[in-house]
Amino acid sequence: MIRLVPRTENSAAWQLATPLLAVLATMVAGGTLFAIMGHDPFAAIRTIFWDPIFGAASGYSRPQLLVKAAPLILIASGLAIGFRAGIWNIGAEGQYIIGGVTGAAVALAAYPAEGMWIFPAMVLAGALGGWAWGMVPALLRNWFGASEILVSLMLVYVAQKVAAWMAFGPMKNPEGFGFPGSRNLQQYPAAANPELVAGTGAHWGVVAAAVAVLATWFLMSRHIRGFHIRAAGLAPRAARFAGVRPQTLVAFCLGLSGALAGMAGLFEAAGPAGQITDKFGTGYGFTAIIVAFLGRLHPVGILLAGLLLALTYIGGELAQLTLQLPAATVQVFQGMLLFFLLGFDLLTRFRIARRITA
Amino acid sequence: MNRRDLVTSVAAMMAISLAAPAFAQDEPLKVGFIYVGPVGDGGWTYQHDLGRQAIEAEYGDRVETTFIESVPEGADAERALTQLALAGNTLIFATSFGFMDPVMNVAAKFPDVKFEHATGYKRADNVATYDARFYEGRAVMGTIAGRMTESNKIGYIGSFPIPEVIQGINSSFIHARKVNPEVEMKVVWAYSWFDPAKEADAASALLAEGVDVILQHTDSTAPLAKAQEAGAIGFGQASDMAAFKPSPRVSSIIDNWAPYYIERVGAMLDGSWTSKATWAGIAEGEVEIGEITDAVPAEVKQEALALKDQIASGEYHPFTGPLNKADGSAWLAEGQVATDEELSGMNFYVEGITAEIPQ
Amino acid sequence: MIDPLSVFLLLVAAATPILFAALGELVVERAGVLNLGVEGMMIAGALSGFAAAHATGNPFVGFLAAAVGGAAISLLFALLTQVLLANQVASGLALTLFGLGLAALFGKPLEGIKAPSMTAGPLGISWIVWLGLAMVPLIWWFLNRSRAGLILRGVGENHDAAHALGYPVHLVRGAAIAFGGAMAGVGGAFISIATVLQWTEGMTAGAGWIALAIVVFSNWTAVGVLAGAWLFGGVTVLQLRLQAAGIKVPVQLLSMAPYLATIIVLVLISARQKFSRRAGGAAPGSLGQNFHALR
Repeated sequence: MIRLVPRTENSAAWQLATPLLAVLATMVAGGTLFAIMGHDPFAAIRTIFWDPIFGAASGYSRPQLLVKAAPLILIASGLAIGFRAGIWNIGAEGQYIIGGVTGAAVALAAYPAEGMWIFPAMVLAGALGGWAWGMVPALLRNWFGASEILVSLMLVYVAQKVAAWMAFGPMKNPEGFGFPGSRNLQQYPAAANPELVAGTGAHWGVVAAAVAVLATWFLMSRHIRGFHIRAAGLAPRAARFAGVRPQTLVAFCLGLSGALAGMAGLFEAAGPAGQITDKFGTGYGFTAIIVAFLGRLHPVGILLAGLLLALTYIGGELAQLTLQLPAATVQVFQGMLLFFLLGFDLLTRFRIARRITA
Repeated sequence: MNRRDLVTSVAAMMAISLAAPAFAQDEPLKVGFIYVGPVGDGGWTYQHDLGRQAIEAEYGDRVETTFIESVPEGADAERALTQLALAGNTLIFATSFGFMDPVMNVAAKFPDVKFEHATGYKRADNVATYDARFYEGRAVMGTIAGRMTESNKIGYIGSFPIPEVIQGINSSFIHARKVNPEVEMKVVWAYSWFDPAKEADAASALLAEGVDVILQHTDSTAPLAKAQEAGAIGFGQASDMAAFKPSPRVSSIIDNWAPYYIERVGAMLDGSWTSKATWAGIAEGEVEIGEITDAVPAEVKQEALALKDQIASGEYHPFTGPLNKADGSAWLAEGQVATDEELSGMNFYVEGITAEIPQ
Repeated sequence: MIDPLSVFLLLVAAATPILFAALGELVVERAGVLNLGVEGMMIAGALSGFAAAHATGNPFVGFLAAAVGGAAISLLFALLTQVLLANQVASGLALTLFGLGLAALFGKPLEGIKAPSMTAGPLGISWIVWLGLAMVPLIWWFLNRSRAGLILRGVGENHDAAHALGYPVHLVRGAAIAFGGAMAGVGGAFISIATVLQWTEGMTAGAGWIALAIVVFSNWTAVGVLAGAWLFGGVTVLQLRLQAAGIKVPVQLLSMAPYLATIIVLVLISARQKFSRRAGGAAPGSLGQNFHALR
């Protein structure tokens, strides 16, 4: 018989090895799937994992990795802080949508004014919108003890309806021939969030994601609040004796992750997406939860996990394009990758021992 | 703005260097597609993919087609379009309205790649638009509906209150009324192109209102299944929905993109491609009327087919005056025909429809 | 004039898929597990059910197969969260992604085929609708009156205590997850076999997410789930019904209402529990937390 023994400290060696093992296992299982579906497994795996970085058109797809990964990393960095403290914001998708809506609202209200203040005001509005949407579950938990998991999840649905309402009503482009959706902010220079340096893909959201990784790393490893957060997650009762106020922590974590998600939404609305439509929320907020866990709730891990997921999206598109792999096959492959990554994490946290029979 | 111009020119250079090989003599013409849904949606995207297959059947080795399916509108669409352009596709079809701005952005970076955008209104030297006159087919459906209804109530499941759908509602209503002055039209908006459960609920709501003929501008077969349960009839939408023959599906309005796709690929092959706005209908074979089944009496079938022929020959336009708007104000005088501009921005019901368009 | 009875009959049928899925998720959550993969399990059931109904010509065999299909895919989630102790939220989201992809892949050969028709049950209402309604008292009885239900609740409320009393926490949770999968599968199959009569990928179109909201609204009771399913289904049916009658309705705002109501219910119940320190009600104590026995 075997049994699992928790490691007192997460194993550094396994922490590096498990994601690699998981990716390898996915390649084997996914390759088998591709072979069964009648595709060349080696070509498929090379197309998904290799070509976006080193392939013929990688000059374009490499920057796109950043574009796709930036919102995931920005959102996941905020979420991970709360997850470390045992505060479960699973409504980042809603905060993302509301951030996009409030940020875009500033731009649409200012239209067609020009001014250096417009874009910063939008970022602020986006962050505030996300923050406010995150503070609802925080306050309801602090005041009434309502589960933040559930309240934040419910607010995702509400946010989706808000976006639809905006796209069909107040924010509808008056020059859009009756089609739903706001004006395209890419075509409004004062409000646009364009590529900052040609060919790098880097827009302000990418910059913000990089800053978020650094800042959360600093917060968690160098700042007293980071210590409180970790303490609260590991031993809530002990943390309370050490002077950690749980209510402050709840408000801090949900507010911060909400603000970051809101900013991500705004950068997307003003940049790659360009407009608020009823389908503005494309799932970044939910995928970011997976990214946070794949990254072991560590800023650097999140950075890598965000890039890995972006890779599978872009590689998946390439596989559709060059190998005519159906989108569904790519989706199954991504699902496998997530399962393996989540499953293999066990080896980081536990070691396997022989059960000693009494 | 300087930064932008730089971006554009760099990308353009990149595009030229990468796209150039595709112009070599013996290379096949590469044609790319991006779809908003999966090819297996049995409706909108499925029909576009049939069009893609028709290109391959027509031109064989001279073309090579690829597609990317289930592309969300927005940022992902822009990337997918760029990937298609970088992969050497020199003609790219973007088959959803929401791809409009991404198409314009990518087209600006790849001046040598031709783009075709379905149902949009923005064009450029290398961006053409195309759409189908679905309202022509709706006129035929409306005629059958007007004749077939016993309760004199016809239901219409709309997707979104956009001009294309409003044209369809008006056209069906006008022609139902023409053959049956007692007819009333009930409209329900599902706010989705494809949501089977909701479409079923919408159909049920209409049936509960006493409707016995349902027209739909949404893609699933759920309304037909509900109609069958209630002994009502309906029509296939986008695809033939032949599995529901002979009843409840008594006919269908089929999007047939093949003629247009074949024409445009042909134009690319002989070098005559130019940017234009195409709005084709029954005459061009782009809007097809699926088999009218025996559940429809022969004389009604004759009448419907006669109308179809009149529209196809150009003898009759479904929006011919006298027609008033729902608010009672005059729209088209006796014999006057609606212009394409009026139709493409249509945001009102014609007189006789009592509902209001949600704003 | 809208006849309330007709609206009610419509909503009972319309609410059936989400009722099944939510009742299943209720049992899962009562065991302390939060499975966000309902959508993935529903679509798996929609496909396996449709395939079996088509192959055998018997819709009821289809529903049976849907239960098996939903349960089978849920075991992946059980493996991840109960054996490999992976995070439940992330695993559930991954399950949804995987299920949607897998169903789309395997469903290709079934596109465009019509399901065999079903014989209606008493009062012209489908047998499956009746089954869904019957599941409400059954699950209520199971949770509140049966010994197995007591153990399941114990595991969900405090897994350490349940373990200390000698109950197999992981096994109980695994069984609950499989049951939840089976119920979600039947709910999904109601859409493919009884509502649309065809298989199309993505056809559950978010119903699984509504089911999750209903469980919260229900305050984790079977009767509450029924009320929630009727409320959520009812708002859709009512707004469509009002539209059909030619009455203008603010669709987006109205469809927001049930979610806001859910939050209010959750807050009221949490507050009552917090301020009066009454036991019972509100979320299960161990919801979403994994369990690892140290001994």
